[in-house]
Formats: sequence, C-alpha cells, structure tokens
Amino acid sequence: MALVPMLSMLIALPLVGAVLLLLIGNRDGGRDRLIYWVALGISLLEFAATLWLWAGFDPHSADFQFVERIDWIPSFGIQYAVGVDGISLFLVVLSGFLTPLALLCSWESVHKKVKEFCFFMLALESAMIGVFLSLDLFLFYIFWDAMLIPMYFLIGVWGYDRRIYAAVKFILYTMAGSVLMLVAILGLAWTHAVATGGTYSFSYEALLQISVPYHLQFWFFLAFALAFAIKVPLFPFHTWLPDAHVEAPTAGSVILAGVLLKMGTYGLLRFAFPLFPDAAAYFAPYLATLAVIGIVYGALVSMVQPDMKKLVAYSSVSHLGFVVLGLCAMNVQGLQGSVYQMLSHGVSTGGLFLIVGMLSDRRHTRLISEFGGLKHVMPRLVAAFFVVTLASIGLPGLNGFVGEFLILLGAFRWDPRFATVAATGVILSAVYMLWMFQRVNYGAVTNRKNEGLKDLSLRERWVIVPIIATAIVMGVAPGIFLNPMRPAVERVVARMAEGQPTRMVRTTHTTQKGVGSIVVKHAQSGPTSISATPHSGR
Amino acid sequence: MMSSALIAVIPVICVAVAGLSCLLLEAFRERGERLPIGGLGIIGLVGAAIASYLLWGRRAESFGVVVADDFGLFVGFVLILIGILTIACSPSVIERERLPQGEYYALILFAISGMMLMAIATDLLIIFLALEVFSLSIYVLTGLRREAFPSTEAAFKYFLLGGFSSAFFLYGIAFTYGIVHSTRLDRIGAAMAAQSGVASPLVLAAMGLLLVGFAFKVSAVPFHMWTPDAYEGAPTIVTGFMSTAVKAAAFAAFARVFLSALEPLRADWVPVVWVLAVCTMIIGTVVGVAQTNVKRMLAYSSIAHGGYLLVALVAGNSAAKASILFYVLVYAITNLGAFAVIALLGTRDKPIEQLDDYRGLWYSRPTASFILTVFLLSLGGFPPTAGFVAKWYVFTAAVGAGEYSLAIIGLLTSVISVFFYLRVVVMMYMSGQVEGETGPPLPRTALAALVVSVVALFYLGVLPTRLLNLAAASISTIF
Repeated sequence: MALVPMLSMLIALPLVGAVLLLLIGNRDGGRDRLIYWVALGISLLEFAATLWLWAGFDPHSADFQFVERIDWIPSFGIQYAVGVDGISLFLVVLSGFLTPLALLCSWESVHKKVKEFCFFMLALESAMIGVFLSLDLFLFYIFWDAMLIPMYFLIGVWGYDRRIYAAVKFILYTMAGSVLMLVAILGLAWTHAVATGGTYSFSYEALLQISVPYHLQFWFFLAFALAFAIKVPLFPFHTWLPDAHVEAPTAGSVILAGVLLKMGTYGLLRFAFPLFPDAAAYFAPYLATLAVIGIVYGALVSMVQPDMKKLVAYSSVSHLGFVVLGLCAMNVQGLQGSVYQMLSHGVSTGGLFLIVGMLSDRRHTRLISEFGGLKHVMPRLVAAFFVVTLASIGLPGLNGFVGEFLILLGAFRWDPRFATVAATGVILSAVYMLWMFQRVNYGAVTNRKNEGLKDLSLRERWVIVPIIATAIVMGVAPGIFLNPMRPAVERVVARMAEGQPTRMVRTTHTTQKGVGSIVVKHAQSGPTSISATPHSGR
Repeated sequence: MMSSALIAVIPVICVAVAGLSCLLLEAFRERGERLPIGGLGIIGLVGAAIASYLLWGRRAESFGVVVADDFGLFVGFVLILIGILTIACSPSVIERERLPQGEYYALILFAISGMMLMAIATDLLIIFLALEVFSLSIYVLTGLRREAFPSTEAAFKYFLLGGFSSAFFLYGIAFTYGIVHSTRLDRIGAAMAAQSGVASPLVLAAMGLLLVGFAFKVSAVPFHMWTPDAYEGAPTIVTGFMSTAVKAAAFAAFARVFLSALEPLRADWVPVVWVLAVCTMIIGTVVGVAQTNVKRMLAYSSIAHGGYLLVALVAGNSAAKASILFYVLVYAITNLGAFAVIALLGTRDKPIEQLDDYRGLWYSRPTASFILTVFLLSLGGFPPTAGFVAKWYVFTAAVGAGEYSLAIIGLLTSVISVFFYLRVVVMMYMSGQVEGETGPPLPRTALAALVVSVVALFYLGVLPTRLLNLAAASISTIF
C-alpha cells in the first residue's frame, strides 16, 4: 500500500485548490487570466495524479485497491472508506481528463465571476471523484448530493437564457430520485443491523455479505434504480437532460455529459445490481426495455433537433441507453462494453460539446440552419468536428465502436430481441450525426456571417487534440482499458450469476419465473433469511 | 437543605438575574447614553453555560419538580447558544428599528430563562409556569415595534391564540391531576403504566388536551395558523429567536412528557402524532412554495422542520430521541442565522423581505449572500452541511422504527422545500446584476457570530460524531 493516502489526496486536491483560488483577490476581474491559469494548473495536477493512480493500479486484481478506511460515525458503522477497482479507475481518470479541457474551453466564453466559476468547477471535480471512489454508502450519498450544488450554480449563473429553469429542474429531478435512494440506504443499513444482531453498517462490502429478503430487495432496488435512472437518464426520466445541457455553459455540458451521467450507470453497476441481485435479475428485462426505447427514441428525437446542442443532448439519451442495455445483459461482454461505452461517450460527447461550444462562441447561436459550408471557412475545426462525429457514431477504429460492439454482443447472448432493436440505434446515430454534420459544414456558405469566422486558435487546438488522440487510442488499442477492468467486471458478473451462497437462487434471464417462486425459494433458505418487519426495532 | 435544593435551577437563575439587571440598567440609563446592556446578557448566558457544564452528568434535583438531567441541560445549551447568537446580532438592528434596548434584552433573557426551566421541568405545573414565562415575553417581543401595524397585529394574534392554547394545556393538566392525583411526570408515568387494557376516555381527553397545547407551541398543523403572521410581523431578529428557541424548549418538554410520562399510552398517541407529522411536513412545504415574502416562506419552512421533529417523536426509539437533540441544535443555528442575515441586510426604509429584494444580492453583498446561502442549503438538507446530518439522523431513526412511509414523505417534502430555498438562491445569484448601492457592511460582532455559525454547520456536517455521541449519551439519563 502506498504511503500517501492516494485516493483521499485525489478527492481533496481540487477542493483545496478551489478554496485557495478564493483567496486570490480579483477586484473587477483584473486577475481573471491568473485565476484561469491557477485553476488549469490544479486540474492538470489532478489529472496527473489520476494517471499516477492508473500506473500504480494492479490490473490483475478484482479487489478494491488503495483502500483507506477510517471510522467516521462509529455508532452507525459509518466509515470514511474509499477504494478503486477496474470499474471506477477509468471513470476517475475520465473526470481528471475532462476537467482541464472544460476549464480551457471556458477561457473566452466565461467572463463573469471567473473566480467563482473556477471554484465550482474544481469543487465539482472533487465531488465527482468522491462519488466514484466511495466504498461506504453514506459517503457515496454525501458526494452524490453535494455534487448537485456546484452543478446547479454552474448552470444557473453561467448558463444561457433559460438557465434558471434548467438549473432548478436539474436539481429537483435529481434530488427527488436520490432521497428515495437515501431511504433505501437507511433501510439497507437497518437490514444489516437486523441480520447481524444490532450493528448498523453502511459499508459497501459489509452490505454485500448480508442476505436481503426479497420483498425488501424489490423496493430497495426500485429506489436505487429510480435515482440512477434519473441520473443516466433513462427514458422516460430524461426530460431534465435536454434543458440542462442546452442551458449550461459549454464547460458545464462537457462535465454533465462526460461524467455526471456516468454516475447513474456507475451506480447501477456498483450498487443497485450487486446489492440486490435477485431484484436486479427480475427487473433487468424492464430496464432493458426502457433502455432500448431510449436508444431509438433518443436517436429519433435527435434527428429533428434544430439546435446542435440539443441534438447532442438527445444523442446522449441514446448512447446511455446502450450502456444500460449492456448492464442488463449481466455478462462479461455486456458489462465491459458498458464501462467502455461510458468512457467513450465521455470523450466523444465531451468533444462534441466542446466543438459546438466553439461554434457558439463565434456565432452566439447553435442553430444548425444558421451554419453551412463551414468547411471552406474553418478547415481545421471541421476536420476535428469530423473525427469527433465519427467517434460518436461508432466508426471502427475509433472509440465508440468498441463499446457498442461489446454491448450488442453481450445483449445478443442474453436476449437477441433487445440487441436487434438496439442495433437500429447504431444506424440512426449515423443518420442524425452525419446529417447534422453535412448541414453545418458542407455546401456553400449561405450565411454571410459565417464568412469571416476564425479557425481553431492555439488554445482551442489544445482543447481538441487530446480528445481526438484519446478517441483514436481507445479505438485501436482497447485492451489498455479493457484488461484492467476485466477482473472487477468478472467479479460483478459472478455475483450476479450466483446470487448469494446462502440462497443459491438462480434465475435465468430469459425465462422469468416471477416474484412468487423466488419468494418461495427464500422461505426454504431457512434461518439465514431475516425479516425486517416494521416496529421490530422498538 | 434549601441551598442545595436550588442547584438544578442555577442556570435558569443566572439568566433571569441577567434579565433583571438589564431592566435595572435601562432604568438608570441617561437618555442617549450608550450602555453595553447586551454584554450583560451575554455574561449571564455564559454564566448559565458554566453552571450547566458543572451540573452535567450529575442529575441534580430541585424539589422533585425540576431535574437538571443531561437531556434538559443539552437543550439548555442550545437555548444559551441561541441567546448569545441573537444578542450578538441585535445591536445594529435595535438601533435601526429604534427598539427599546433594555426591555428588548430583558425580554429575550426572561424568555430564555423560562425555556431553560421548561427543558428541565419534570412536573406539568412547572412546565406550564415556564411556558407562560417565555410565552408572555415573546408576545411582547413580537409587538415590540409598537408603531408598526403588522407587528402589533402579529402580537395580538399570537397572544390570543397562545392564551387559548395555554388554556387547553392547563385543562389537560387538570384532567391529569384528576386521574393521577399528581402533576409530577414520574408519578403520572407510573400510574399510566399501572393501568391495564384500553385507556379510559378521561385519560385520552387529558392526553389530547396536552397534545393540543404542545402542538400549538411547536406550530404543528393544524395548530400553526398563528405562525406565518407572527413570524412575518415580528421584528426579523425576534422571528429568528422565537422560531428556534420556542421550538427547542417546546420540543424538549413535548418529548419529555410524551416519551416518558405518557410512553405507556404510546399506542394511543402515536397515530395522532403521525397524522400531525405528515400534515405538518406537507402543509409546511407546499404552502411555503407559494410564498413570495421570504420571512413568511421561512415561517412555513420552520413549520415543516417541526414536522421532521414530530417524525422523530413518532419513531420514539433511542436514535430518535437523540436525533431530536441534534436536530434542534442544528436547526437553531441554521434558522436563526438565516433570519439574522435577513434582519441585518435590511434598512429602516427598505426591509429585505420580498423575494424580489434579493435580486442580484450576490453582486452587491457577496459575503452576506454567501452566508445566507449556506444557511439555506443547510435548511434544505444538502451535504456537507449539518442540515443533512440532522435529517439523516431523524430518518435513520424513522426507518429503524419501521416508519418507512414517514421517511419517504419527509424526504420528498424536503425536496419540495429545496425548491423554495433555492428560489432565494436563484434571486441572489442568477437573476442578473442590479445596479445600486452596496449597503453598509455587516456589523463586526454579528459577522463574527454568523461566521462561527457557518463554520459550525460545516464542522457538524463533516465531523458530527462527537455531537452525535453526546446527544446519544444525554438521552440515556432520562428515558
């Protein structure tokens, strides 16, 4: 184990940096540049630290690594417990990767209250990384909820015209889901107390050990799944997303699409599925149905969007549908594909938002009809746009392909029907993305305002080159990412397939036996099964 | 021995004497002369704090009707804290609103002494006595701006309804005496436990009447009608004081009576309090959404917070009892702080009360808006502020008692309440910049008090263990 508390450092570094940033005097915005540089420096340092974590990560182990545990609220068994495994590792790296880019892209577009802007960006990064590293459900919930505040301010203060509506909708939607999850977390801790004779625990690993009665699993899973489904967002809980994306400043959209949405899928994979394996098996087809609807629906709605940002936002609904579908398949291919797609979507959609942001900085509009023939005006930007578009579509050789392919493979092995419908999403994504690309970039320059637009500046090249480089690396050498995550993914798959040893309830995914039969099996499991009936705690 | 019999009430006496001295000092004050009357109050409160500290863990008894156990002393500390924060934020407000300062401080101190007595009283009559002591002080404080019409109206309403509820309460005591032939809680508890089978109608009537009295003081729906008017009409700093201190004291006595003396009748009162809790949470938040006056909005929010405390009362397990103490403390710091900022930001001609007055406040008053934001986020229950831990504690207790539905209703209403807390934040930060004067800076003592409150909220939000353990230990002495 390393001598430095690596993970705590990762969580604390941006926050400490953010607080230090507040100490820089900035009357009338005279030191905006300095503040940007300092914030960028902090975020790059953080990115370097995440890479260091990756370098020190043992890719052959399925266990949590760099684990730190400190008793926090002992009377309730709450620990400050953090750890990283192959699933969370890359999401942490992704957060570290996107934050400097998001800061760098705001250089010219955010002029108001720059210090506070950078503060919230860095605080957000701390909370995001905290979410991915938490191994204690209480700690997880704290980061999960705390993360809303900076995002709320980022959308609400620095967003576009309808920012207030979007910010409030974002925070209320997310909270409504997450408080139900809180009740489920409390219930789970209580179940642990009943099962072990009175000790509460919020520890992820301790909670994996107990056997949760089926009727509780049912409700707890629903509560968790609702919280995460809103975050993902899964159809029909997605309506906050287009508003939040469209109204957020570019940096906010990048982080929102790149990292925040992944918290939903990460939560499903990390918490909802392994903690409640029986309920997960029962609900998987329903979740997958919603995911597939989301894939097709998101793609169809994207097609008719006049606003580029909204188009990209709806494409996220479609892409995240793939991720959920892969999770529901619950086999190695599906899960690996899902995690890979999470990363890949972060890179390519982050890239798309960055490019739309660059266009919007230049023209102060994002309507597709306002553009046309940009190829002649800004060849470099359009080239970058092209690569990112293809990455988003899932062209082989770029990042998007690997994830979607694995997901479809996993889904096909599970239930070909879902895979078949989902595959149409791949085609539709080519339709809406290429059509948008064509309308924006090809043809003659019809709008005179577009004639004098400047091509990529040096700063913007620094923003977009890392995205493209990563997209290519992820496309040609997926093994770099897939191998370290494999042990952790296999562990989850094993847990899902076998359920808990005391129970041995094996439900095949294609033939659901219904709730009743599972409950009966439960009763047979004898004294190990517990009942947390109301009022038993008095 | 007389002298040792008084030990339990020494903290109360400290505060009451400080109050009397304030009155005397005011009487001898030359016109226009500046005297540190508030400082005198702080000395009295600190004295009471020291006395309480020395009494801690000793369970001193006076005459069998007052027991200074850790539960009561904990609430006493909260009340002392409320007093100190209120007084620290008061001077500039008093000057601006031209309130009579000697009377103001004296009334605050009398109210606190009554509340502290209520927290440690173990006899229904003493509880009633304490209730009247602080209620009368607060009626007067509400109407302290004599020339202002809303203030007078609020005081009158509060007084009439308050008197009415006191009568109910007294009637309940009389019934109880009729059944048990005593007003002491331990004897009532023993008598109730000895009763077998279904409770008699007389017992139920007594319990119901007591419940009405308490429900009025903690402004539980449907006994909350006075709250918005009284809170809106009272001088803002007084609103902050009464919204926190009254709730703390009333809940202390409420919990003591219902969780110890009337605990044997649990099955009879839990359904009623359950309904009260649900109504209080729902009405408090839903009606709060419709408010455009921030004071009124915070009044409804404080009703809702009373609802969360009622949840703890329903849950009734040891975690719930401890959570009442923790919640009361956090709520006191938060709510008082929020009202104090509002009180300090206003000027005599332009009180900052309507939602629209907060437009662009971040740009003109960054420090004050930051502080207010922290208080509002804590009220909304966001981590990493103490408000989250407090709510978490209450709802953990509720879930532990099997009250899933209460927990779900409570947390969903807290999401609704976030909507109106955030409306103020929206106004301050997101509704554009308003050109205008930046206003005077916050007075130094008040700023210090507020900064300490903010730091405390973050501290308790991140490292609550110590206080959680203290709260858990405090309840073990009585229940």
